[in-house]
Amino acid sequence: MLILECPCCGVRGEETEFHGGGEAHIKRSGPGSSDEAFHDYLFAKENPRGVHFERWRHVYGCGKWFHAARCTQTLEVFGTYSAQTTEPPQDIKDKISARRPGWTWREFA
Amino acid sequence: MKRYSVFAVAREAARYHTGWERAWKSPAPKKKYDVIIIGAGGHGLATAYYLGKNHGIRNVAIVEKGWLGGGNTGRNTTIIRSNYLQDPSAAIYEKARSLYETMSQDLNYNVMYSPRGVMMLAQTEHEVRGYLRTAHANALQGVDTRFIQPDEVKKLVPIINLDGPRYPVLGALWQARAGTARHDAVAWGYARACSDMGMDVIQQCEVTSIRQTGGKVTGVDTTKGSIDCDKLGIVVAGHSGVVADMAGFRLPIESVALQALVSEPIKPCMDVVVMANTVHGYMSQSDKGEMVIGGGADGYNNYTQRGSFHHIEETVRALVETFPMISRLKMLRQWGGIVDMTGDRSPILSKTPLEGCFINCGWGTGGFKAIPGSGWGMAELMAKGQSPLTDEFSLYRFREGKFIDESVAAGVAH
Ligand SMILES: Cc1cc2nc3c(=O)[nH]c(=O)nc-3n(C[C@H](O)[C@H](O)[C@H](O)COP(=O)(O)OP(=O)(O)OC[C@H]3O[C@@H](n4cnc5c(N)ncnc54)[C@H](O)[C@@H]3O)c2cc1C
Ligand SMILES: [Zn+2]
Repeated sequence: MLILECPCCGVRGEETEFHGGGEAHIKRSGPGSSDEAFHDYLFAKENPRGVHFERWRHVYGCGKWFHAARCTQTLEVFGTYSAQTTEPPQDIKDKISARRPGWTWREFA
Repeated sequence: MKRYSVFAVAREAARYHTGWERAWKSPAPKKKYDVIIIGAGGHGLATAYYLGKNHGIRNVAIVEKGWLGGGNTGRNTTIIRSNYLQDPSAAIYEKARSLYETMSQDLNYNVMYSPRGVMMLAQTEHEVRGYLRTAHANALQGVDTRFIQPDEVKKLVPIINLDGPRYPVLGALWQARAGTARHDAVAWGYARACSDMGMDVIQQCEVTSIRQTGGKVTGVDTTKGSIDCDKLGIVVAGHSGVVADMAGFRLPIESVALQALVSEPIKPCMDVVVMANTVHGYMSQSDKGEMVIGGGADGYNNYTQRGSFHHIEETVRALVETFPMISRLKMLRQWGGIVDMTGDRSPILSKTPLEGCFINCGWGTGGFKAIPGSGWGMAELMAKGQSPLTDEFSLYRFREGKFIDESVAAGVAH
């Protein structure tokens, strides 16, 4: 069972209180972009076994979106953080490094 | 290979079963093969089998990180049907269904194919319309299905409750020649036949990286050493993203856990398969008497092979309204498998950006039924570079917007 803490309202709850919103930190590509970039934006997924960054929504709570850093293999949650960012904050990266030395995810490490 | 037959059973009975031989060999890997298949699930083994049988390519290794059939092939609820909406799906699933009819004879291995009929309940007006549309599409595709009324549903499934108000049964899409088969036997039967053709089925051999030079695949590194190959087939279901990453490309696939459970065994009470897609549940009775129940997939990527408990609760809560008698049953076992989901809920059988490397994945929640058809098409694709069965299922269909949308009628489909 996955247990998350909403960074917006501080409530800790199990997964049925939340709704997964898929991969985080996706760079939007518009009509002017190359076919390649637009294809990757829409379809090419990060699907790692291990460290993953996702968007979640506290649907049966404050209703707000947030980000979670989590391990897809063990369901360990490294931390949750604000949705108003394009990159995981340093303290979250440090927490992951402490648990999974040498991790990488897209351009982050 | 000694053939299995009634005479063999009698002969062995007379000598205390001392003469049975191992069904397949367990060799160490050779230095090089013409073809390496990663993943000894049904799809990987069937691909190897048809490479040998249809195309004479027999210098083949199938490498498996665990035990053969230990992935989704040995974890599924074994529903076999071909009543899909889109033409390319109908072609490959109907090819597979027809191959299942003769699989026990072809492989000389009893896969217990049981064409007992599969019924997909329509429990909302939208589903009635959706299934009528599918029945019409199937008629054009030459797939034998029909929409049946509630009284016929009740005749086929006496234990069903037709009345609502929550989940009334308004009719069903019925495929009489659909059914189930023994999942392990499908993997074992193919493995035995592959081994008999001289192929190497290598278990407990995990691929850890894929080697390439000049954009062309040259081999794999495994926990049992490096192995060279001319062609490589990646057939690893839920782990497709992980292995594609080794080959240097990304896939339009996300991996999630899908669960099933069985009840304690009871006397025969239902001799067809019933699917209820509105409530994300479906049920059949195994030969042992257990009620086999499948449910929904997790809502987030994971590789835990167990799944979230609330799905079991939701599935069973809904099914109890349609089958009141199961409310008294105890759950015997629950398990999960990691399924590879594409956006259009159709598989990928394709060349890849790496030359000589092919991929067969994206079967998601419903690829057991497709095993022989998929192997047939994938073998042709790998041997000849092209196959009418796989053409439309290219990895590049997403770029072109040529989706094969099977998610329209129902959220879950097995
Ligand atoms: C609970 C559940 C119910 C289902 N019900 C149905 C159903 O009723 N009907 C239906 O048609 N389908 C159903 N499915 C879907 C079906 O099980 C799958 O689509 C199908 O079995 C996939 O077969 P496969 O051979 O592609 O994958 P798998 O059987 O998963 O085989 C892939 C193999 O690759 C191996 N592998 C992975 N990584 C590596 C590596 N690095 N090196 C070496 N080997 C590796 C794995 O160990 C595994 O054995 C269900 C699935 C689940 C989980
Ligand atoms: Zn909140």
